[in-house]
Amino acid sequence: MVIAALGLLVLAAAPWWAGRADLRLLGEIYLYLSLAMLWNLMAGYAGLVSVGQQAYVGFGGYLLFALTMFGGLHPIAAILAGGILAGFLSVPIAALIFRLKGAYFAIGTWVMAEVFRLSFAQASSLGGGSGSSLPVDVVRSLADSRSGREALSYWLALGAAVIVIACVYLYLRSNRGLALTAIRDSEVAAAGLGINIWRTKLEVYVVTSAFTAIIGGLIFLQKLRISPDAAFSVNDWTAFVIFIVVIGGIGTLEGPIIGTILFFVLRETLADLGTTYLIVLGLVAIIIMLKAPKGVWGLIRSRFDLELFPLSYRVRTHDADKGA
Amino acid sequence: MEWISAIMQGTLLGGLYALFAAGLSLIFGVMRLVNIAHGDLIVLAAYMGLSTTVMLGIHPFMALLIVMPAMAGIGYVLQRGILNRTLGGDILPPLLVTFGLSVILQNTLLELYSADPQKMNAGVIETASVPVGGLTLGVLPVLTFAIAIAVIAGLQFIFYRTALGRAFRATSDNSDIAQLMGLNKAHVFGMAMALALAVTAIAGILLGVRTSFDPSVGGARLIFGFEAVIIGGLGNLWGTLAGGVILGVAQTIGAKIDPGWQLLAGHIAFLVVLAIRPQGLFPRVDH
Repeated sequence: MVIAALGLLVLAAAPWWAGRADLRLLGEIYLYLSLAMLWNLMAGYAGLVSVGQQAYVGFGGYLLFALTMFGGLHPIAAILAGGILAGFLSVPIAALIFRLKGAYFAIGTWVMAEVFRLSFAQASSLGGGSGSSLPVDVVRSLADSRSGREALSYWLALGAAVIVIACVYLYLRSNRGLALTAIRDSEVAAAGLGINIWRTKLEVYVVTSAFTAIIGGLIFLQKLRISPDAAFSVNDWTAFVIFIVVIGGIGTLEGPIIGTILFFVLRETLADLGTTYLIVLGLVAIIIMLKAPKGVWGLIRSRFDLELFPLSYRVRTHDADKGA
Repeated sequence: MEWISAIMQGTLLGGLYALFAAGLSLIFGVMRLVNIAHGDLIVLAAYMGLSTTVMLGIHPFMALLIVMPAMAGIGYVLQRGILNRTLGGDILPPLLVTFGLSVILQNTLLELYSADPQKMNAGVIETASVPVGGLTLGVLPVLTFAIAIAVIAGLQFIFYRTALGRAFRATSDNSDIAQLMGLNKAHVFGMAMALALAVTAIAGILLGVRTSFDPSVGGARLIFGFEAVIIGGLGNLWGTLAGGVILGVAQTIGAKIDPGWQLLAGHIAFLVVLAIRPQGLFPRVDH
């Protein structure tokens, strides 16, 4: 606990000790970590394996641009509004695509993301297919100096990651989280215990969609430029996120954290190789899925009895000793 | 007349979509596997066709004699080597493994062939057309549609009239009992994937002759095939052809209204069917 708090403090002070490039990289890491946490909650806990979360990343990004340019909102307000709107929008979408089961659900989410991409490509006021940049006065409204803006966007990314991790953790420890775990382990048994499966999954879908849109807004606040292909990229916002979660360990909270660190270490060392790096990533993910489906964290846990986020039940031998 | 022409074009395009979908439908039917890499395998077949035609200087349709067995071989090895290990109660492993496969295929093709769009040259057949009752239809689209009908009829024959088809159906219904009856499940699944990828080879060659392609277009092909399967109804191959036709017609009509609406109109048609008739228009009737 103390170590975590100290570590967070050091990271929060990064604008004073890190260079500009490092700051940007760290910000990117936090945003990927948040996306991975959210996807893991959906796929690893609720069994909703989506390959279409880029729909919400792009939606959040585009709403940041639209609401600041035409609505005159402050960028942070626009990002939050984008998240709330994404939440509302995800309800009718869920009503439609929840009709598809299992793997077909996955492709259905992809179709939805394509509908988003093609629709935003039609919006000529947002630059159509070629996209647009965030106007200078909107960027200025964040902070006057360039370093001030960079620090602010760094803190927003760090804050978002902390909030996402905390929310997911608290959700999983709550009654609803217990219901979710029950559904994951056995839908039939969970239904027998009176859990409304459809509603629980809908809740998870709506909340993760809203958060994903907020992260999307933050991503494009960093980039300052948006286009339909970048905003709704299946590689950037879904493939990488899936690899992070699978390599780290799906269905655990520690997995996405370890996966994110490994992913960025791999990326920084192999980035010069270009496409080869993606091939390696795909191979690693397949090997992990076949040989160690619980990921790197699963391997660590099977060796050492460790848990960074206490979520499982343990037998307490302590009290029994006293009785005897 | 222009509209009738658009509808005809869309119908013929539907034949190609049905070919994208047939392999997807087949492997789902036999082993409940949804292959996310299906679109990339179609593109792989197109590139194999390209290399064969360039190296041997033969017509793309002749290249099928090499590409079809090669893709079938890849399918069998892929299924027995990797995909069989992912099958079980959990949907995550097959989904994520085929997703990883999709990324590997896409980037390997990018490495080998670069991102430049390529196209296969089929000669005069590409521009030839026949007048049909006041309309002018391209020979290539008509041929594609005819091939789609022949392939689906062939798959139906294999499924319901041959020993291999009986093995497919038996394993699909109850793989444990099929094993007890002396069927080797791993082999049956391997054969199903081989057959599916042989069909994919045909789809890939026809795609590469019809339009230009690059390593990134696989995802969209998977989506078109998937939409045709869902619109038509799971487990019904003729329904899949109807689904492909509906998708093709929606796209050409959308393109007629506004070129930017082509793909969107197809997706909307799919979502409308999903909203009104989630089981698809012609689902399989279980006896």
